[in-house]
Amino acid sequence: MTSALPKPAGLYRANIKPAQILVWTLLLIGGLIMITPLLFMFSTSLKTAGQVYDLRIIPAAPTLENYAKVLLDGRFMRWFLNSSIVAVTVTLSNVFFDSLVGYTLAKFEFRGRYLIFLAILSTLMIPTEMLVIPWYLMSSQLGWLDSYWGIMFPGMMTAFGTFLMKQFFDTIPNDFLEAARIDGLNEFQIWWKVAMPLVTPALSALAIFTFLGNWTAFFWPLIVTTSKELYTLPVGLSSFAVEQSIQWELIMTGAAIATLPTLIVFLVLQRYIVRGVMLAGLKG
Amino acid sequence: MVSTPVNTEGAVASRPTGPVWDRLSMKTKRLIWVWSFLALPILFYSVIRFYPTLQAFWLSLTDWDLMRPPVFIGLGNYERLFTDPQFWKVFRNTFTYLLIGTPISLLLAFTIAYYLDRVRFMHAFIRALYFLPFLTTAAAMAWVWRWFYQPAPIGVINDVLGLFGLPQQPFIRSVSQALPSIMVTSIWAGLGFQIIIFMAGLRAIPGTYYEAARIDGLGEWAILRRITLPLLKPTTVFLVVFSSIGFLRIFDQVYNMTTNDPGGPLGSTKPLVLMIFQTAFSSYQMGYAAAQTVVLFSILLVVSLLQLRVLRDK
Repeated sequence: MTSALPKPAGLYRANIKPAQILVWTLLLIGGLIMITPLLFMFSTSLKTAGQVYDLRIIPAAPTLENYAKVLLDGRFMRWFLNSSIVAVTVTLSNVFFDSLVGYTLAKFEFRGRYLIFLAILSTLMIPTEMLVIPWYLMSSQLGWLDSYWGIMFPGMMTAFGTFLMKQFFDTIPNDFLEAARIDGLNEFQIWWKVAMPLVTPALSALAIFTFLGNWTAFFWPLIVTTSKELYTLPVGLSSFAVEQSIQWELIMTGAAIATLPTLIVFLVLQRYIVRGVMLAGLKG
Repeated sequence: MVSTPVNTEGAVASRPTGPVWDRLSMKTKRLIWVWSFLALPILFYSVIRFYPTLQAFWLSLTDWDLMRPPVFIGLGNYERLFTDPQFWKVFRNTFTYLLIGTPISLLLAFTIAYYLDRVRFMHAFIRALYFLPFLTTAAAMAWVWRWFYQPAPIGVINDVLGLFGLPQQPFIRSVSQALPSIMVTSIWAGLGFQIIIFMAGLRAIPGTYYEAARIDGLGEWAILRRITLPLLKPTTVFLVVFSSIGFLRIFDQVYNMTTNDPGGPLGSTKPLVLMIFQTAFSSYQMGYAAAQTVVLFSILLVVSLLQLRVLRDK
């Protein structure tokens, strides 16, 4: 991202002016303000109860005591596991099905194609909130309440992902697919072995969005889970925080545990994620 | 659960040369592939999306407490809703989030994106600072902000106000300040995404436009007003709608920042989705809650249609 200069460099190559330094400094200050809540969260998670009122960002005597306390309690481990299972499974499902459907709609001529595309697209208009009551009813009748499947089933395929993938499959040339057909690959293999590798940027964007969305999801998991063993991290954290009420250092530790995985993934994959968000935002 | 369909597809893939299969025409074979690819998705969308949608409309016309079967009561729920002062309060709260939150966050996001786009020195680092909050869990960060908003000596913001000799603020404990406080949290959480999208939009504007404008002697401000903003319209409209929908559906922050009295104090922060949640899952008035979801759906529909409208007239 940084190396690509899509604008004529000439506009900016001029000598650095004081105004630019001012803008840069303001942007940096603004950015630091943006991460202040995160800094305080991590800093407080490393403080003892007695140090919480100490406003220094770098703790005087950092300790992992809170992490030991919160993790040894066991529940957080379980919630972490639950969130991982749910987010990974739903992400895999979306990467598979959304791209399969997107590909089929983009690359095959058949009667009803347009109708199916419109039908799937129309579900974008329906907010989750409208479906939770029927989903809850369905789950209670089928025994899906309080189960992983109950948390996951609403998101196994999404219209957004299908639309995104169709947009990308539309752009790959049919010649590639024809060549594979002549080579004797069947339609499933053509999709999986020829078409899929051509849209990896879109796949990673879809994977990132789906994972993030499910990792942070709160509303439906809150409704569908009743036993603490099946809470996802956000729901578990919320119940944990209510229970701790004023032990802010423990609440911050829980919040840090919920936040760390996505931040680490971001730091590792920063440029792909930013590109993915841009891709999805522009195409979607 | 996912592995099952994968295996089925695998099985299909491994038998392309049966005696019956070979006798089929190319076209028929393709059609079989198409519908086997689409079978499970069609089932999914029918059962998990379309049927529940219809059911929600139907339930909104019934009185139903989960114990006894639903009783058809026509538009009774809607009559009750539109004469319920609590609903109008919630309606006003929801639109306050939307009408104040969206312009503020878009203005901030555009300003930051506009300047950040030109910064070369430590660009990725500064961009990361703005973008990180977008990757956090709303429920977790709501608790961080809740802690920030506590009275001194616990709350960080009041501590800082104290340092500068400024008056202490009640924030989420006050009827007048609670909603803006939650709105700030929500704007903070969404800003990074909007900045990234604005930057993508800015980069999609061809450099030649700027060169031409320079040659014509347009100043910085004129370029912004006559070239950048008009060409950025699709991005802006997308973000207005995206942000509006986000505010119309606000829940996680409000729920977590007001757990002792959800939507409080005195219902001053309660948005529509929280009202739906309570009606359905605290008082189990499923029909009444379904009617509220239909109202939410209608509002979202209008917002989306307005987007199409705005994008169409150039």
